[in-house]
Amino acid sequence: MQTNHDISTKFSSDLTESFLDHRPSLDPRLFLDPDLEPIYEKVLIGKRLSAEDGLTLYQSNNLLGIGFLANLVRERINGQDAYYVYNQHLNYTNICRNGCSFCAFSRREGEEGAYTMSLDEIADKIRSRLDEPITEVHIVGGLNEKLPYSYYLEMLATIKRIRPKVHIQAFTAVEIAYLAELSNQSPAETLLELQAAGLGSLPGGGAEIFSSRVRQVVCPKKLPANEWLEIMRVAHRLGIRSNATMLYGHIETLKERVEHLLALRQVQDEYGGFLAFIPLAFHPHNTKLSSLKKTSGFDDLKNIAVARLLLDNFAHIKPFWIMVTPKIAQIALSFGADDLDGTVIEERITHMAGGETTQGLPQSELIRLIREAGRCPKQRDTLYNLISEEGAEEAQGHNPSLQPVSKT
Amino acid sequence: MSDSAFLLKSIIDKVVADVRLLPQEAAMLFEEVDLLTLGALANLKRQRLHPDRIVTYIVDRNINYTNICLSKCRFCAFFREEGAEGSYVISREELAKKIEETLELGGVQILLQGGLHPGLKLDYYQELLEFIKSRYQIHIHGFSPPEIIHFARLNNLPVETVLERLLAAGLDSIPGGGAEILVDRVRREVSPCKCSSREWLEVMQKAHQLGLKTTATMMFGHIETLPERIEHLNLIRQLQDKTGGFTAFIPWPYQPGNTSLISRPAASGFEYLKTLAICRIFLDNIPNIQASWVTQGAKVAQIALNFGANDLGSTMIEENVVAAAGVSYRLPESELIRIIEGAGFQPRRRRMDYALL
Repeated sequence: MQTNHDISTKFSSDLTESFLDHRPSLDPRLFLDPDLEPIYEKVLIGKRLSAEDGLTLYQSNNLLGIGFLANLVRERINGQDAYYVYNQHLNYTNICRNGCSFCAFSRREGEEGAYTMSLDEIADKIRSRLDEPITEVHIVGGLNEKLPYSYYLEMLATIKRIRPKVHIQAFTAVEIAYLAELSNQSPAETLLELQAAGLGSLPGGGAEIFSSRVRQVVCPKKLPANEWLEIMRVAHRLGIRSNATMLYGHIETLKERVEHLLALRQVQDEYGGFLAFIPLAFHPHNTKLSSLKKTSGFDDLKNIAVARLLLDNFAHIKPFWIMVTPKIAQIALSFGADDLDGTVIEERITHMAGGETTQGLPQSELIRLIREAGRCPKQRDTLYNLISEEGAEEAQGHNPSLQPVSKT
Repeated sequence: MSDSAFLLKSIIDKVVADVRLLPQEAAMLFEEVDLLTLGALANLKRQRLHPDRIVTYIVDRNINYTNICLSKCRFCAFFREEGAEGSYVISREELAKKIEETLELGGVQILLQGGLHPGLKLDYYQELLEFIKSRYQIHIHGFSPPEIIHFARLNNLPVETVLERLLAAGLDSIPGGGAEILVDRVRREVSPCKCSSREWLEVMQKAHQLGLKTTATMMFGHIETLPERIEHLNLIRQLQDKTGGFTAFIPWPYQPGNTSLISRPAASGFEYLKTLAICRIFLDNIPNIQASWVTQGAKVAQIALNFGANDLGSTMIEENVVAAAGVSYRLPESELIRIIEGAGFQPRRRRMDYALL
């Protein structure tokens, strides 16, 4: 496909038109082609895009055109703001009964490298960083059948005891379903119990790709897609917010990506409980799918942009810099993204799959990347309350009470 | 519309109408326009020059004949002093082995560059070239302008004579390295012993007049100002108007790593893409712009194909200088092909003169 096919004639024909009254740049004629024009018409009036539109976007090689469309939506929703959070990651165990083929992190009990953190170790890790203005502890782990249900409740309570104001974003829908099974309770009862112990919100992991064809191949033992979505519905109904993810770049088709995004959009229509969407780039190294290649920068940016365009009811799109590199995450701020996540100290899951990025970006570096990209850095807490504009002030320890989200 | 918005619009219109930009217009575009628009304008220029959606690369090897260097540039992590641990001058056996490996891998060229060695006279280099040419059919892209100036000084010869002798001995083309920023204020700070801006340009002009093709580079993102960066581009564009001898332009960001230049973080991906786009837009008389996967990695290099670049440079069977600064991306040819195709382009091997293979 040729982009900017007849741009000179387009320009010379109406140079006097005052199309640039407010913004001299971002002229649609620099970006559009016949495939993207109908989508542009919809984006302009805020009309919802269809599955076919999603596929057209994914199949287009007009990266700048797709970025242009995504940027329109991004600036409409988030203006020039780009968010980040000061967080601490905790992967409490890598022992997991699921053994998904895309995972380099998971180990069997007794296997070399298998570990489980004791509650004391977890307490030490939290305590060791008390001098930092951390507002979020982000917890994800494997399904370790040796751990009792009480471990999870005590983990939350321990962290809250040491750091009472911190927001704990913990346990993907996969872990929640497992904990419900473990405690012989409904997911709702389990969530309420975890919430009482200190749980603030849920991370968006474990969604992978909703297609059952793909799940059968890459994660046959994992929670099925409809149950993942149901856990999210239950959480949102209880006023517990969550993120959403999509693991892309393995064996899924573009159509399956579109279906995944539209399934998320549908659940979001019901309760509006998703905070952000985070596309996760597949890292093949050390996994059972190691013959596959890493995602390309082109695919990373396109995926961010298409997500921004299809997920019209999501406020935030977050590239995970650990996976796509800080350079691509920064560039993504012009392709629909508005959040660079956090400082992410001690992230282990991606790094075990050959993630080559550093383990932590200092706050000053995140701010620099955002400023250089021409955006305004906004330090946020987990629920997107602002901490400070510059990130220079001490965190205020925001932990707003969780309000049930009204159905839209 | 405000005055500055009106001005910016008129600059954008000029690019669309394929009218040459003034240096101050390029600076304004760089400072005030968003990343996507810069990309779209660069992409437009690139499509006009290369409507066939081909992205080229060359299979070649960097051979650094010595790391002993008088220049001691503050940004360089590669050089050693004579006699220092790790210093070397390449042996004929090693050189032959490297070239044979290159040919086996389908290589068509070697990039022959080295430090400014205090003791090696011009004969040494002539013999080196003759040694290679008498044994192997391979293109020798060698000796950047600081080396040529160094040979001229060390041998008390005019630049023309040095070039003529190297040409006669088998030199095929000249790499555009050592340009850094072609503003002497900057050069005095970062590479005080290296040739001046005027000398660098003089070598290139004389080489072009002798029929040698060359590339040109820019190392940006250290102590230079934006007007100095644009001045660099302007000097290259002016010389190209006279000679037409530059085949390609290669901007690459300074890599702090193990070097002693004032510490500052490496230019971000964002800054890199903007600079690349401005180069494509401003250098309207240079046919090819190379993306630097060595400094940016495969992901950003691939994105760069939408920001004005139409070439991914070399497969770099061997690269030492950037690696010495702690950056060491590696890309086999299969990966280069994959990222080119993944961005919707057709990969093609090329020669130094950009003839397709």
